[in-house]
Amino acid sequence: MIRLFLSRLLGGMFVVLLVATFSHFMLRLAPGGPFDQDKPLPPLIKKNLEKAYGFDKPPWEQYLHHMKQLVPNPSNDFRPYLGYSVIQKRSVTDIVKSGFPVSFKLGFAAIGFACFFGIGLGVLAASRQNTFFDHGAMSLALLGISIPSFVLAPLLILLFGIKLAWFPVARLEGLSGLVLPSLTLGLIYMGVIARLSRSGMLETLKMDYIRTAHAKGLAHWRVVWKHAIRIGLMPVVTYLGPAFATIITGSFVVEKIFQIPGLGFYFVQSVSTRDYDLLTGLLVVYALFMVAANFLVDMAYGFLDPRIREG
Amino acid sequence: MAKSQTESNSLWADAWRRLKKNRMATICGWICVFMVVFAVVGPWILKLFFDLDPVGMDRDALADAPSWRHWAGTDPLGRDMLARIMEGGRWALAAGVSATMVALVIGVLWGAISAYVGGKTDEIMMRIVDVLYAFPTIVFVIVIMAVIDTKNIIVLFALIGMISWLNMARIVRGQVLSLRNQEFVEASKSLGASTWRILIKHIVPNTLGPVIVYATLSLPSVMLREAFLSFLGLGVQAPRASWGTLVTEGASQILVSPWTLIGPGLAMGIMIFAMNFLGDGLRDALDPKQRK
Repeated sequence: MIRLFLSRLLGGMFVVLLVATFSHFMLRLAPGGPFDQDKPLPPLIKKNLEKAYGFDKPPWEQYLHHMKQLVPNPSNDFRPYLGYSVIQKRSVTDIVKSGFPVSFKLGFAAIGFACFFGIGLGVLAASRQNTFFDHGAMSLALLGISIPSFVLAPLLILLFGIKLAWFPVARLEGLSGLVLPSLTLGLIYMGVIARLSRSGMLETLKMDYIRTAHAKGLAHWRVVWKHAIRIGLMPVVTYLGPAFATIITGSFVVEKIFQIPGLGFYFVQSVSTRDYDLLTGLLVVYALFMVAANFLVDMAYGFLDPRIREG
Repeated sequence: MAKSQTESNSLWADAWRRLKKNRMATICGWICVFMVVFAVVGPWILKLFFDLDPVGMDRDALADAPSWRHWAGTDPLGRDMLARIMEGGRWALAAGVSATMVALVIGVLWGAISAYVGGKTDEIMMRIVDVLYAFPTIVFVIVIMAVIDTKNIIVLFALIGMISWLNMARIVRGQVLSLRNQEFVEASKSLGASTWRILIKHIVPNTLGPVIVYATLSLPSVMLREAFLSFLGLGVQAPRASWGTLVTEGASQILVSPWTLIGPGLAMGIMIFAMNFLGDGLRDALDPKQRK
């Protein structure tokens, strides 16, 4: 177990380092830089700017400098420094600090909505397998997966934001501003969760201990919601880890359409403006979350399944 | 020998029978066929019988609602939306099929080699998959497209395929690993069967089902990915237009002409929904665990 723990931890750190390295060199290879604007700067000013930020040095030298800041070591007091965004004129840490709560709030609302309806639909569908309700619920789930968010979002804005004016458009104020974006963002996750919980529950409901519970004369709903659900929702738990990591680190489409200043919003911007440090910094944050989520899922597996613990 | 031949035939015959019994999956299968014909043959029919094409502009009908002349309306340049949707379907399907093929080849090879060779190689290959998993794949495509600085559509399709093989590799590897240790393989081994015979007779036929199912299921997700890239302005470029491009254009004109969003959005939604449903049906039909 300790061996698995250590190897996963080392592997995770390696992944984060690799993501940073890849992003650093790919961005330096890409044509154009952060100081190439629609109106070109005078060459001397551009040169001086590049010199001021150290972009004139060879890529590997910049890389060493970057890594010295990023990796905790004595020279930075073991405090990772994500760098400075030359476009936003703020430190990347600052941007993450302001963008993350926004993305987190949106992602949390979306995943809450997705879990509530997804698990509800999936479990009910499984407990009434092959009925009209089952087919209806699963078609609904599939519909959620099949409608792209960039089709749904403008339609929702048109209908509920403009025609009916129930919710504000492109304004993240209070709970009502969160409804449309989190609905759009959560729908696809709802679909996946509904399908996972249905198949997980169906398999569990065939097990012997469920038959025993039925034989004891327990009500059907009690067997489903008290006994089967603990094992039946295991696949959902596995899925939720990485999904949560993805969803709280920002969504490109939803944040772009609804103009929400979260991490995804900055992400799209940093790509088109070649904002070296910002893009790499956001990628590192994303990779950290992803690695942590996968790590937790792996550990949970190890505790639950002795075959994995030993193997 | 003859006996095993009939057995392997009956697996597919069985699956086919089960699929035909699944009415929704059958209907969705026909919808898929219809959509393919709609996209591939549609533009010719429209040109031949109605003299409409995706680039011709009708100056008397700028941003017109659906009418007798233009069944799906026109866009602000007076181009017939039905013709554009059909044409967009061609690019969306081309993207879906070619990217899925790329993903299929890489994924199956990667997964199978990883599981067969095992040991350190397996560890390294799967770690690479993990690394790619933790990577926002979209950035991959964005950055690589920028580095090679091309609007070449084949490069785009290949790149989408190259970021879509991870699940396939995991599925194939898992399948091969679990098959390798199963009793029927052990039994075959103890009867003196060669490694090749075990591979060809037992392992490959058993991975084929999940591979087909997963390929069917990954087609819609690949199409979504292309549409997503088009939404970010990195996908299929003008004058060509895929469903993703059309949807993006439509979204910006939604207050003036909502049909320019609804038309292509509907076409894309129907295709993806039908493909997903068909894939589910195939999985149920091919799942050997269900056989009685």
